[in-house]
Amino acid sequence: MISIQTEDFDCGAEYTALRGSGAGTGAIATFTGLVRDSGDTQDVSGLFLEHYPGMTEQVIAGLIEEASRRWDVRKTRVIHRVGRLLLQEQIVFVGVCSAHRGDAFAACEFIMDALKTSAPFWKKELSEAGEHWVEQKASDVARGEAWDK
Amino acid sequence: MTDQTLTVRFFARLREELGTEQLTLPADTDQTAGDLLATLASRGGPWAQLQGSQPVMIAINQAMAKPGAPVKAGDEVAFFPPVTGG
Repeated sequence: MISIQTEDFDCGAEYTALRGSGAGTGAIATFTGLVRDSGDTQDVSGLFLEHYPGMTEQVIAGLIEEASRRWDVRKTRVIHRVGRLLLQEQIVFVGVCSAHRGDAFAACEFIMDALKTSAPFWKKELSEAGEHWVEQKASDVARGEAWDK
Repeated sequence: MTDQTLTVRFFARLREELGTEQLTLPADTDQTAGDLLATLASRGGPWAQLQGSQPVMIAINQAMAKPGAPVKAGDEVAFFPPVTGG
Protein backbone atom coordinates (compact mmCIF):
# COMPACT_ATOMS: atom_id res chain seq x y z
CA MET A 1 0.00 0.00 0.00
CA ILE A 2 1.24 3.49 -0.88
CA SER A 3 0.17 6.71 0.81
CA ILE A 4 1.18 10.25 -0.08
CA GLN A 5 -0.17 12.46 2.67
CA THR A 6 0.31 15.68 4.61
CA GLU A 7 -0.51 14.04 7.97
CA ASP A 8 2.03 12.34 10.22
CA PHE A 9 2.07 8.53 10.56
CA ASP A 10 2.40 6.09 13.46
CA CYS A 11 5.34 3.70 12.94
CA GLY A 12 3.99 1.39 15.65
CA ALA A 13 0.63 1.04 13.95
CA GLU A 14 2.32 0.48 10.57
CA TYR A 15 4.58 -2.21 12.04
CA THR A 16 1.62 -3.94 13.68
CA ALA A 17 -0.20 -3.96 10.33
CA LEU A 18 2.90 -5.45 8.61
CA ARG A 19 3.02 -8.21 11.24
CA GLY A 20 -0.32 -9.41 9.95
CA SER A 21 1.13 -10.31 6.56
CA GLY A 22 0.92 -14.09 7.07
CA ALA A 23 2.61 -17.07 8.69
CA GLY A 24 5.35 -17.16 6.01
CA THR A 25 6.78 -13.81 7.12
CA GLY A 26 9.92 -14.22 9.20
CA ALA A 27 11.41 -10.74 8.92
CA ILE A 28 10.23 -7.16 8.77
CA ALA A 29 12.59 -4.32 7.81
CA THR A 30 11.44 -0.74 8.22
CA PHE A 31 13.06 2.61 7.44
CA THR A 32 11.93 6.02 8.66
CA GLY A 33 13.35 9.30 7.36
CA LEU A 34 13.27 12.47 9.50
CA VAL A 35 13.77 16.20 8.89
CA ARG A 36 17.39 16.98 9.85
CA ASP A 37 18.85 20.33 10.93
CA SER A 38 21.37 20.54 8.10
CA GLY A 39 21.44 19.58 4.45
CA ASP A 40 22.42 21.86 1.57
CA THR A 41 22.02 24.67 4.12
CA GLN A 42 22.61 25.00 7.88
CA ASP A 43 20.14 25.66 10.71
CA VAL A 44 17.26 24.11 8.79
CA SER A 45 14.01 24.70 10.66
CA GLY A 46 11.80 22.69 8.35
CA LEU A 47 11.08 21.47 4.85
CA PHE A 48 8.51 22.09 2.17
CA LEU A 49 7.87 18.96 0.09
CA GLU A 50 6.25 19.10 -3.32
CA HIS A 51 5.24 16.14 -5.47
CA TYR A 52 3.66 15.25 -8.82
CA PRO A 53 0.34 13.66 -7.84
CA GLY A 54 -0.42 10.52 -9.81
CA MET A 55 3.07 10.03 -11.21
CA THR A 56 4.50 9.67 -7.70
CA GLU A 57 2.20 6.76 -6.87
CA GLN A 58 2.87 5.10 -10.25
CA VAL A 59 6.65 5.32 -9.82
CA ILE A 60 6.55 3.88 -6.28
CA ALA A 61 4.20 1.09 -7.38
CA GLY A 62 6.75 0.22 -10.09
CA LEU A 63 9.57 0.11 -7.51
CA ILE A 64 7.53 -2.23 -5.29
CA GLU A 65 6.86 -4.47 -8.32
CA GLU A 66 10.57 -4.54 -9.12
CA ALA A 67 11.45 -5.34 -5.49
CA SER A 68 8.90 -8.17 -5.55
CA ARG A 69 10.53 -9.63 -8.66
CA ARG A 70 14.04 -9.46 -7.20
CA TRP A 71 13.44 -10.58 -3.61
CA ASP A 72 10.98 -12.51 -1.49
CA VAL A 73 8.51 -9.74 -0.60
CA ARG A 74 5.29 -10.65 1.23
CA LYS A 75 3.94 -7.20 1.97
CA THR A 76 5.10 -3.61 1.64
CA ARG A 77 4.07 -0.26 3.02
CA VAL A 78 5.31 3.10 1.73
CA ILE A 79 4.24 6.43 3.22
CA HIS A 80 5.66 9.77 2.05
CA ARG A 81 4.57 13.07 3.47
CA VAL A 82 4.25 16.30 1.49
CA GLY A 83 3.70 19.92 2.44
CA ARG A 84 5.37 21.76 5.28
CA LEU A 85 7.31 19.66 7.82
CA LEU A 86 9.13 20.84 10.95
CA LEU A 87 12.53 19.78 12.29
CA GLN A 88 12.60 16.11 13.36
CA GLU A 89 9.18 15.36 11.88
CA GLN A 90 8.81 12.07 10.01
CA ILE A 91 9.07 12.35 6.21
CA VAL A 92 9.01 8.83 4.84
CA PHE A 93 8.31 5.25 5.93
CA VAL A 94 9.21 2.06 4.05
CA GLY A 95 8.32 -1.34 5.51
CA VAL A 96 8.92 -4.74 3.92
CA CYS A 97 7.87 -8.22 5.07
CA SER A 98 9.91 -11.20 3.82
CA ALA A 99 10.58 -14.77 4.78
CA HIS A 100 14.21 -13.92 5.71
CA ARG A 101 16.13 -10.85 6.84
CA GLY A 102 18.38 -10.62 3.77
CA ASP A 103 15.43 -10.08 1.44
CA ALA A 104 13.72 -7.72 3.87
CA PHE A 105 16.82 -5.52 4.27
CA ALA A 106 17.62 -5.52 0.54
CA ALA A 107 14.08 -4.79 -0.66
CA CYS A 108 13.62 -2.03 1.93
CA GLU A 109 16.93 -0.38 1.02
CA PHE A 110 16.28 -0.73 -2.72
CA ILE A 111 12.83 0.87 -2.49
CA MET A 112 14.24 3.75 -0.42
CA ASP A 113 17.30 4.33 -2.66
CA ALA A 114 15.27 4.13 -5.87
CA LEU A 115 12.52 6.35 -4.47
CA LYS A 116 15.09 9.08 -3.78
CA THR A 117 16.24 9.25 -7.39
CA SER A 118 13.10 8.37 -9.34
CA ALA A 119 9.93 9.36 -7.45
CA PRO A 120 8.89 12.93 -8.29
CA PHE A 121 9.27 14.65 -4.92
CA TRP A 122 11.19 17.87 -4.34
CA LYS A 123 12.42 19.22 -1.01
CA LYS A 124 12.90 22.85 -0.13
CA GLU A 125 14.90 23.63 3.03
CA LEU A 126 13.48 26.39 5.19
CA SER A 127 15.64 28.40 7.61
CA GLU A 128 15.86 31.92 9.01
CA ALA A 129 18.22 32.71 6.12
CA GLY A 130 15.51 31.88 3.60
CA GLU A 131 14.46 29.01 1.37
CA HIS A 132 16.60 26.66 -0.71
CA TRP A 133 15.50 23.96 -3.18
CA VAL A 134 17.60 20.91 -2.37
CA GLU A 135 19.97 19.74 -5.13
CA GLN A 136 20.08 16.08 -6.15
CA LYS A 137 23.20 14.43 -4.69
CA ALA A 138 25.64 12.44 -6.81
CA SER A 139 25.93 10.01 -3.88
CA ASP A 140 22.16 9.36 -4.01
CA VAL A 141 22.32 8.80 -7.77
CA ALA A 142 25.23 6.38 -7.27
CA ARG A 143 23.30 4.44 -4.63
CA GLY A 144 20.29 4.20 -6.95
CA GLU A 145 22.42 3.09 -9.90
CA ALA A 146 24.26 0.48 -7.80
CA TRP A 147 21.01 -1.55 -7.70
CA ASP A 148 21.04 -1.82 -11.51
CA LYS A 149 24.28 -3.84 -11.43
CA MET B 1 -13.25 17.30 -33.24
CA THR B 2 -10.06 16.34 -31.44
CA ASP B 3 -8.29 18.67 -29.10
CA GLN B 4 -5.07 19.73 -30.84
CA THR B 5 -3.37 20.96 -27.70
CA LEU B 6 -1.08 19.49 -25.09
CA THR B 7 -0.60 20.35 -21.44
CA VAL B 8 2.77 21.34 -20.03
CA ARG B 9 3.36 21.24 -16.27
CA PHE B 10 6.25 22.56 -14.18
CA PHE B 11 7.27 21.57 -10.67
CA ALA B 12 9.40 22.78 -7.76
CA ARG B 13 12.16 25.32 -8.57
CA LEU B 14 11.10 25.54 -12.24
CA ARG B 15 7.48 26.18 -11.27
CA GLU B 16 8.57 28.99 -8.95
CA GLU B 17 11.14 30.61 -11.23
CA LEU B 18 8.90 30.48 -14.31
CA GLY B 19 5.93 31.64 -12.25
CA THR B 20 3.95 28.99 -14.12
CA GLU B 21 2.34 25.73 -13.02
CA GLN B 22 0.66 24.75 -16.23
CA LEU B 23 0.39 25.80 -19.88
CA THR B 24 -1.81 24.69 -22.73
CA LEU B 25 0.07 24.79 -26.04
CA PRO B 26 -0.86 23.90 -29.61
CA ALA B 27 0.42 20.43 -30.48
CA ASP B 28 2.65 20.49 -33.57
CA THR B 29 3.18 17.40 -35.66
CA ASP B 30 6.52 15.60 -35.43
CA GLN B 31 7.37 17.34 -32.19
CA THR B 32 9.60 15.90 -29.47
CA ALA B 33 9.82 16.83 -25.80
CA GLY B 34 13.20 18.40 -26.62
CA ASP B 35 11.60 20.57 -29.35
CA LEU B 36 9.04 21.73 -26.81
CA LEU B 37 11.81 22.63 -24.36
CA ALA B 38 13.66 24.60 -27.06
CA THR B 39 10.49 26.49 -28.01
CA LEU B 40 9.81 27.40 -24.39
CA ALA B 41 13.48 28.34 -23.74
CA SER B 42 13.32 30.77 -26.68
CA ARG B 43 10.84 32.88 -24.70
CA GLY B 44 13.96 34.20 -22.92
CA GLY B 45 14.28 35.49 -19.36
CA PRO B 46 13.79 32.74 -16.78
CA TRP B 47 12.60 30.40 -19.58
CA ALA B 48 16.14 30.24 -21.00
CA GLN B 49 17.12 27.97 -18.08
CA LEU B 50 15.10 25.17 -19.71
CA GLN B 51 18.14 24.81 -21.97
CA GLY B 52 20.68 26.09 -19.47
CA SER B 53 23.39 24.39 -17.44
CA GLN B 54 21.04 22.76 -14.92
CA PRO B 55 19.46 19.44 -15.92
CA VAL B 56 15.74 19.39 -16.70
CA MET B 57 13.88 16.11 -16.25
CA ILE B 58 11.02 15.21 -18.58
CA ALA B 59 7.88 13.16 -18.00
CA ILE B 60 5.30 12.38 -20.68
CA ASN B 61 1.91 11.24 -19.39
CA GLN B 62 3.48 10.77 -15.94
CA ALA B 63 6.33 8.49 -17.07
CA MET B 64 9.97 9.58 -17.29
CA ALA B 65 11.03 10.31 -20.88
CA LYS B 66 14.05 11.37 -22.95
CA PRO B 67 14.27 14.62 -24.97
CA GLY B 68 13.87 12.62 -28.18
CA ALA B 69 10.49 11.19 -27.15
CA PRO B 70 7.59 12.35 -29.35
CA VAL B 71 4.80 14.45 -27.86
CA LYS B 72 1.36 14.70 -29.40
CA ALA B 73 -2.04 16.29 -28.89
CA GLY B 74 -3.64 15.31 -25.59
CA ASP B 75 -0.32 14.53 -23.88
CA GLU B 76 0.63 15.81 -20.45
CA VAL B 77 4.29 16.83 -20.57
CA ALA B 78 6.08 17.80 -17.35
CA PHE B 79 9.43 19.51 -16.86
CA PHE B 80 11.12 19.51 -13.46
CA PRO B 81 14.49 19.54 -11.66
CA PRO B 82 16.11 16.25 -10.59
CA VAL B 83 14.02 14.74 -7.78
CA THR B 84 15.01 15.05 -4.11
CA GLY B 85 12.47 13.13 -2.04
CA GLY B 86 12.93 10.55 0.67
